[in-house]
Amino acid sequence: MEALLKILEELHPEIDFDSHEHLIDEKVLDSFDIITLIAEINDEYDVAIPAHEIIPENFNSAKALYSLIERLQDED
Amino acid sequence: MLFTSYSFIFFLCILISLYYLIPKRLQWKFLLLGSFVFYFFSGWSNLLYILVTIISTYFTGLKIDDLNRKQNAYLKENKGQITKEERKLYKEKIKAKQWKLLLICLIFNLGILAVVKYTNFAIANINSVLSMFRMTELSFVNLILPMGISFYTFKTMGYIIDVYRGKYEPERNIGKLALFVSFFPQLIQGPISRYDDLSKSLYQEHSFDSQTFSYGFQRVLWGYFKKLVVADRIVAAVLTITRNPDIYDGVYVFVGMVFYAIQLYADFTGGIDITIGVAQMLGIEVKENFIRPYFSKSIVEYWRRWHITMGTWFRDYIFYPLSVCKPMLNLSKASRNRFGDKIGKRVPVYLATMMVWFTTGIWHGSSWNFIVWGLLNGVVILISQELEPLYAKFHQKVKIGDTFGFRLFRVIRTFLLMSSLRILDCYRDVGISFKMFFTMFTKPDIRVLFDGSLLKLGLDASDYVVLIIGVIVLLTFSLIQRKGSVREMLSYNSAVLRYSIYIILFFSVLIFGAYGIGFDSNQFIYNQF
Repeated sequence: MEALLKILEELHPEIDFDSHEHLIDEKVLDSFDIITLIAEINDEYDVAIPAHEIIPENFNSAKALYSLIERLQDED
Repeated sequence: MLFTSYSFIFFLCILISLYYLIPKRLQWKFLLLGSFVFYFFSGWSNLLYILVTIISTYFTGLKIDDLNRKQNAYLKENKGQITKEERKLYKEKIKAKQWKLLLICLIFNLGILAVVKYTNFAIANINSVLSMFRMTELSFVNLILPMGISFYTFKTMGYIIDVYRGKYEPERNIGKLALFVSFFPQLIQGPISRYDDLSKSLYQEHSFDSQTFSYGFQRVLWGYFKKLVVADRIVAAVLTITRNPDIYDGVYVFVGMVFYAIQLYADFTGGIDITIGVAQMLGIEVKENFIRPYFSKSIVEYWRRWHITMGTWFRDYIFYPLSVCKPMLNLSKASRNRFGDKIGKRVPVYLATMMVWFTTGIWHGSSWNFIVWGLLNGVVILISQELEPLYAKFHQKVKIGDTFGFRLFRVIRTFLLMSSLRILDCYRDVGISFKMFFTMFTKPDIRVLFDGSLLKLGLDASDYVVLIIGVIVLLTFSLIQRKGSVREMLSYNSAVLRYSIYIILFFSVLIFGAYGIGFDSNQFIYNQF
């Protein structure tokens, strides 16, 4: 989770990703951020997030995103 | 059958009356019949094209689902008997089969679209190369572009990709799938609905609800007002300017550009109002396609508010899959190693963005002006993305604040930027578009705005009065809409006020609509896409 938070903070240092739960709904993350994020997650966790998983529920908070990573790691 | 034709009004009256009279369980079947009748009137051969798309998509969906069932049965049967690795391998094998089916379906349907829409464009390009070498040129083929083919093809592609992704199960009733694809209010110019959105209310049984019906009717009326009073009136001046670039340059180009922005807005959003309104009169919910786009403060925001269903379609089915596919991730990694983090991580975003905008451009029309228009949109978006840190620094130093004046400046800037890009759409020729754009700066003779020249563009003084009032009405309603639905606000007001507005709107469409001698009710601009 710490590595993920670090990636997120590098993208938007002004946001408190520990507590924010509406990253997509409030347009904190745009589609460009999401693509950058997915590439970095791929590097860090060796997990490929498929396009159909790019939905608000999976990207609205750091916690939700981390759950997605764990789920995809399990599926592997 | 045009939305603005008497035959459409007649068709609609009969369809809606019978829709609420027949047994409710037959309503969706009746709508399917109505949609096919509507489509049949645009040419029986068009019906063949849409049927081929429906049938191929239907069977592909079922086949993909069969493989899912086969996989589930196998995994259940062998639970505990196969290793995790074997399980994974089996799943991959099934997925590969499903991928093959999906690809065949997509290539087949996209192929139909490509052949009817782009064959002559390809021939024209080949001919220009052949003529350079003085070789015999190819002859053009006479292909009819079926009405709404880009819209229904994208709808079915979205559906089959979602089925492949396991977002929902395929529709097992071919009639229901056919209705989703051919639902008549959406056939002409979208919105490009998603199956899981539209199906919620499309197949339901609907009782007549006077409130919903009257909201739908008001929306339709509002659409006709935009289309007939504003768009079809201003088009005369737009055509005079853009079809005579040798005569009308300089300030005229600016006038044409602004007029076209008004025409396109009134035409396209008016058409969508009619679509959503007609659907609402039938009790069916269709997603919004616009959120006051000309109030956008940046180009990125503009594209979030203009033709929303197309933008999200391209995002979900092209931009994301392209950006996160394995080769792109590998490319990202390689470029980060080679050029460093800063440049490397931009590679997939840049590539995917430009490919999406190329596709958006060519989707709009099979000519270079649309491709250049699309690519320029991509370039402007990327530049504004890159300049964001600079803006932030500037705002830290210069405290402008979020004042009304600054917001207005940003809105006007975005409007002018988008209108400038649309010059490519006006002139339909890349060279002429750029030439005319630059004449705005080289021939800034603003006298033409005041010396009566504007009255020689196919519009007389009374037309301008109607247009000015029309635009003021559009603007006022948009400003009110920021606080919520105008129709809902009106419903809280007295019946006298409410009905006065409806009656004024109705009669202004009848009296000030641009038809009769000298006017020709025009096709909707987005019909041709």
